[in-house]
Amino acid sequence: MPFVYFIFIPMLAAILIPFLYKKVRSIHTGWFVLVVPVVLFGLYTTFVPKLQNGDTYTSSFDWIPSLDISFISYIDGLSLLFSLLITGIGALVVLYSIFYLDKTREQLHNFYVYLLLFMTAMLGVVQSDHLISLYFFWELTSISSFLLIGYWYKRDRSRFGALKSMMITVFGGLMMLGGFILLSIMGDTYSIRELIAQAPELANHKWFIWSLILVLLGAFTKSAQFPFYIWLPDAMEAPTPVSAYLHSATMVKAGLYLVARFTPLYASSEWWIWLVTGTGLLTLFWGSFFALKQTDLKGILAFSTVSQLGLIMSLLGAGAISFHTGVEDNSIFKYAAFAAIFHLVNHATFKGSLFMIAGIVDHETGTRDIRKLGGLMSIMPVTFTIALIGSFSMAGLPPFNGFLSKEMFLSGMLSIQNFDLFAFATWGILFPIIGWIASVFTFVYSLYFVFRTFTGKYKPDLLPKKAHEAPIGMLIPPAILGTLVIAIFFVPNLIGDYLVKPAVMAMQPFLYTSPSEIDIHISAWHGFFEPELLMTLGIIGLGLLLYWTLPKWQPLYTKFPDWLSLNRLYDSLMYFSEVGTNRLSRIYMTGYMRSYLVYMFTGIVILTISTVFIKDAFDVSFAMLAPIRFYELIIVLVLLAGTITILLANSRLTAIIALGAVGYSIALFFVIFNAPDLALTQLVIETVSVALFLLVFYHLPKLNRHENRLKFRLGNALVAFGVGATVTIVALSAHSQKLVPSISSYYEETVYSKAGGGNIVNVILVDYRGFDTLFEIAVLAIASIGIIGMIKLRLTKKKEVNRIEDK
Amino acid sequence: MMIFFWIVLFLISLSMLGFIYRLIMGPSIPDRVVALDSLGVALICMIGMISILSESSFFLEIILLIAILAFIGTVAFSKFLEKGEIIQRDNNLS
Repeated sequence: MPFVYFIFIPMLAAILIPFLYKKVRSIHTGWFVLVVPVVLFGLYTTFVPKLQNGDTYTSSFDWIPSLDISFISYIDGLSLLFSLLITGIGALVVLYSIFYLDKTREQLHNFYVYLLLFMTAMLGVVQSDHLISLYFFWELTSISSFLLIGYWYKRDRSRFGALKSMMITVFGGLMMLGGFILLSIMGDTYSIRELIAQAPELANHKWFIWSLILVLLGAFTKSAQFPFYIWLPDAMEAPTPVSAYLHSATMVKAGLYLVARFTPLYASSEWWIWLVTGTGLLTLFWGSFFALKQTDLKGILAFSTVSQLGLIMSLLGAGAISFHTGVEDNSIFKYAAFAAIFHLVNHATFKGSLFMIAGIVDHETGTRDIRKLGGLMSIMPVTFTIALIGSFSMAGLPPFNGFLSKEMFLSGMLSIQNFDLFAFATWGILFPIIGWIASVFTFVYSLYFVFRTFTGKYKPDLLPKKAHEAPIGMLIPPAILGTLVIAIFFVPNLIGDYLVKPAVMAMQPFLYTSPSEIDIHISAWHGFFEPELLMTLGIIGLGLLLYWTLPKWQPLYTKFPDWLSLNRLYDSLMYFSEVGTNRLSRIYMTGYMRSYLVYMFTGIVILTISTVFIKDAFDVSFAMLAPIRFYELIIVLVLLAGTITILLANSRLTAIIALGAVGYSIALFFVIFNAPDLALTQLVIETVSVALFLLVFYHLPKLNRHENRLKFRLGNALVAFGVGATVTIVALSAHSQKLVPSISSYYEETVYSKAGGGNIVNVILVDYRGFDTLFEIAVLAIASIGIIGMIKLRLTKKKEVNRIEDK
Repeated sequence: MMIFFWIVLFLISLSMLGFIYRLIMGPSIPDRVVALDSLGVALICMIGMISILSESSFFLEIILLIAILAFIGTVAFSKFLEKGEIIQRDNNLS
């Protein structure tokens, strides 16, 4: 089976889940689901040795071949690394969720369908080589994440969090689609590999920067970078397995994947380097700083995820510098790319385990509020051990894997100041300083997370449940991750050689021909008096000091004005877009027919007049006009008198009579312009309509019967004058320039010889163009049936009220 | 001879203007209705003149039609002014 079909295995499994859930109630549905990620993980593991020579594999099937759209699965180091993360952590999360979610109380079929859908979407994102299918899977991750966050849909906070994440990530996704479309136009291909191959030509294209910014917007919103991180803390309303899976290990890394994937394409631009590095560093600092404000365990973890994602993002930006020649020793920037990927793996391991720990604490004590927790160390020893491993790794302490990547991060940031292109030499000094301060805060909140929960005094009266150790099944997944955290520290080069180097190779394809050429050896020991060691010692020292004095300065966080926060900005943005558009539409949607008529007529006048003048179509020539006869003049005067009477009439009856006079004088026009059939019809119709007007006049309700003179309104007069002038101008211009002769001579010649009639008007009506007559008969029929319906069909008032209420 | 018809046409037009004056200025509704009726008669004359001048017989039906319509219209207005409605409802049916 071609491996492109692997992507769709979870989706196919998702179809079966509801049936299994209904039929097999005795077994937890999760056990069936567990098979899928485990099998996929095994399948993807077989690719690991194959990629060691720098080979890549593609497999595809056509979706819309005529539009050149297909699903292409492209496996290189980067996509394999992500696929392994998705399936591996997916398997652990499913195992964890079997013990976390109760099979009698929860709607498991919903949960696992969404989760499997998400797995397909995520595998699709990381393996797609086609821009459009990449976007397709990208939106599928947004939608399935929306469903998962709103899993407990009866809670307000869940729905709010789901909506917020949906709004922000879909905004970014649409921006990204724009960037992709620009890219496909620039490169005339949808394939990412082919685009990367023509990167140097694309860099000079005028849309290059636009597509860069749009693609980055997509990556930043998905990966919760500043200022789009605000959806992530609110997404913590999801069940904990979802938080562990989506919001630490996989979905939030889709943006990082995107940045890594497009690095070879965009890295030549200074915009890319500055934006990616700068935003990453800002996010790193911001997230770590505000993590200490949180009192909810998952809130701390959410901010720490934001901050770690920023760290990886800034390393990806620094890694992009290695594309620039003319840098004396750019090996250090290759090192940054390596560090980014390495930390990405490390973060997935320790953050996944920490989220599971938070879930266990919540599950076994009933609360996640850090102020109510404490002293759980002796009650939950296993949980505490795993939490300690995860937190110390997050803080960057030996002997855990976070230490290795933190050292690499510091060396990467230190070397940025040596890079003297794009003004990095002047501003570069800021990078290690901000990175270092953020690391101090990271250290503090890691300690805060683990020691506030597990040490101190046990407060049983504050806890909703009596605390006890979690079941063994729940502890297995975080224990596996915790073991990995330690294992990676001791044998980092195993994972470095087999996973990280092929991924770096995919990010920097111009620099190497095979992953074995990357001569980076991870070492825990840099030697005495290296700046990294001193900085780490500084972090530990200052971090411990800050942690001990935490009760003194933590209240300062509440001093930050709430209205300055980005959440408030989002809320007011949503509020104003709703209320503002409401107000805007109330201004012009007055509900009065007269307003809409004014809009329409003004529009007609402006559009027509401007078209006539822009196209220079205004042309009046009197050459084609017939001479005016004096009785025509008199009828015109009669017509005018009648019209003016209608306008100035004191009573409605006068207006109706004057209207009749106008109609009759028009009939007279038909007479003098030789149209006897028209004149006949006009006379009858005019009489009937005057009679109808009188009928309606009598039935007008008494209250509305204002017999006052029509009020003079300047605006209406202007509009009316404009419409009249427009029609006159158009009629004059149209009459002055006739392009083709009339076809009426054909009718004159054939009215008797072909149609066998003498009255040319009637022959046209029923013979040459009988179709029009048919449907005008239909119009009359509809009108009369409608009148009968309106008169006869009287619904009682009660029913009408009901109908209005139903609407 | 044609000059004669032209003069007649001119005079009819003048009389129409007079009727129009009454139609607009008429102090009461019946004045206006009568003016409208007379306008119809003037119209008949005018169309007759035009038929002669344009030497066609196609407009003679129109003359008949206007005569009928003017009558019906005047009767309808009169009934409206007198009874307040044109078509009275049959009390036996309702």
